[in-house]
Amino acid sequence: MRLGCALLFTEEIMPEFNLLTTALLIGGVVFVVLNTVAYLILAERKVAAWMQDRIGPNRVGPWGLLQPIVDGGKMFLKEDVIPAHVDKIFFLLAPMVAFGTAMLAIAVVPVGSTVAPPLPVMSVKATGITSPDTPLDRYDAGQKTYREGMTFAIAPGLDIGILYVFAIGSLAVYGVILAGWSANNKYALLGSLRSSAQIISYEIPLGMSILGVVMMAGSLNPEQIVAQQLNGDSWNVGYMPLAFLLFLTSVFAECNRLPFDLPESEQELVGGYHTEYSSLKLGMLLLAEYAHMITTSLLMAVLFFGGWHFPGITSANDASLYGTTGEALIRTGVLAAKMFCFIALFLLVRWTIPRFRFDQLMSLAWKVMIPLSLMNLICVLIVLQFGLPKWTMTIASVILFFAVGLWGAIGGGNVSAPKRAVVKLPRGLPAGAV
Amino acid sequence: MAIAEKDVTWVQPAKLGLFGQLYLPAIVDGLATTVGHIFKKKVTEKYPEQEPTLPSNYRGVHRLNRDADDRVKCVACYMCATACPAHCIDIVAAPAPAGWKDREKYPETFVIDELRCIYCGMCEEACPVDAIELTTLYDLTGLSREQMIFDKEKLLSVFDMTTKAGTDPVRSRAGALGPASEAPRK
Repeated sequence: MRLGCALLFTEEIMPEFNLLTTALLIGGVVFVVLNTVAYLILAERKVAAWMQDRIGPNRVGPWGLLQPIVDGGKMFLKEDVIPAHVDKIFFLLAPMVAFGTAMLAIAVVPVGSTVAPPLPVMSVKATGITSPDTPLDRYDAGQKTYREGMTFAIAPGLDIGILYVFAIGSLAVYGVILAGWSANNKYALLGSLRSSAQIISYEIPLGMSILGVVMMAGSLNPEQIVAQQLNGDSWNVGYMPLAFLLFLTSVFAECNRLPFDLPESEQELVGGYHTEYSSLKLGMLLLAEYAHMITTSLLMAVLFFGGWHFPGITSANDASLYGTTGEALIRTGVLAAKMFCFIALFLLVRWTIPRFRFDQLMSLAWKVMIPLSLMNLICVLIVLQFGLPKWTMTIASVILFFAVGLWGAIGGGNVSAPKRAVVKLPRGLPAGAV
Repeated sequence: MAIAEKDVTWVQPAKLGLFGQLYLPAIVDGLATTVGHIFKKKVTEKYPEQEPTLPSNYRGVHRLNRDADDRVKCVACYMCATACPAHCIDIVAAPAPAGWKDREKYPETFVIDELRCIYCGMCEEACPVDAIELTTLYDLTGLSREQMIFDKEKLLSVFDMTTKAGTDPVRSRAGALGPASEAPRK
């Protein structure tokens, strides 16, 4: 019995992580994200001003570039008011939850190339096997490459990466709901109720629109998804434009951006869930929102626009072209550029489309986007199952898009017609012209 | 009283066509408008560095006009003080100096409380000899209430300043006073 135990004695070998590198990376990413958020607020104000033919903040520093620092200082130094009627614990917890979940989601986004540490192996301490390719040897080789390679994701090789992002992203609604509930204020509560309804509704098309991407890559790992787009002929957006459109729209709703900013509509709800907040806690809530924008922009770049890949600039063999540091810089640069394009789109759309009514928002999600994303998913399933060429997905997307538009045009769309006799206005006349 | 149901006409906007139902063309159209505005000429005036150009009928600080001989044009008729809804004009009249052939009276003191004034311009309208005018000086400040009470010399200096700077040229007929200053004919 003792002999048998000795022969089958097994030991689990856990990989050793580069703790210092990871800590530095976390610090670096948090620093970059916080500063980007600060400058996003300036960018938002500047873009808003330009679109209204104004100049925007231009007093603090050249072109107002020091404005975010002054704003941040103001947030720190302002009196921190906790109204007497709030639920203190949740009131203090809400900004932390919002901020924490927003930062957590960035952990898995691959900024550049990554080498994952090897998976833990069960080693059998047997003396007989000495061939060079035991699991243990492979493990050691994996550990060696991990230690030597550069890693540009905080949590590299996370196989549930996308799932993790969505799980954490959905947690963000807790911050909003806690803020709205604990404020003990009707406006705040209405805002948070709207937010929960909105996020739950838009989570569905959001998740379903990326299922196609996940199925094509065969993995939930964002690094694998980027690698698959590298190997394919085109980025995913070329094959699934409709899925991208649905994802983009859902992301606008998830981020509480106009035209879906009902949870915090200033004109109706006095700021919504953050009505009662002031100073740094308000700053954290706003920061969480902008951090959410950054995360989702990075996700869109990774899922649909090839991550750090850009034809002619970056490819799979960057390390040999630019060296390790050059590779890191150029890939980070490409991904950041894509992210900023999406953020610019966020800012542009804000001043282009007016806010939806809440019933319109809900009917868009449940009557249009969820069925559309389901149909899109079915198309992708058929293409993948029967091994049809990938470009058929593009055609299916376009046909679906126009078919739904046509259906809306013939059926009257999702406009709920009043149940009374109406005089139809001639085409092109605004309401109230007759 | 409620509106009778027969008087009410319910209207409904026209249905969206295919183009409208696709949403995207309209959004792209809107984006083109907003992006177009980014590159348009800005209307912002960078105020402290860039002074605004005001219309000549802007109602700013008052001035007391001078005639061709550099005398105050005012004939102390009290019409501006009477017209003033804020009661901010205080005039003490005195017989005109011996050399002044064209009038009987002149203002010994002429004080305007610029803080009480509502800048309505009724004094300018009331003045029969175009002696009081509102200039385009808009950035009027002072360190105390006393500083904001403008006397005759101050108001005349406003005239000198604005005419010299060319911001407010003399709008009235310079020189001869109007008929109100003439002595009644016997």
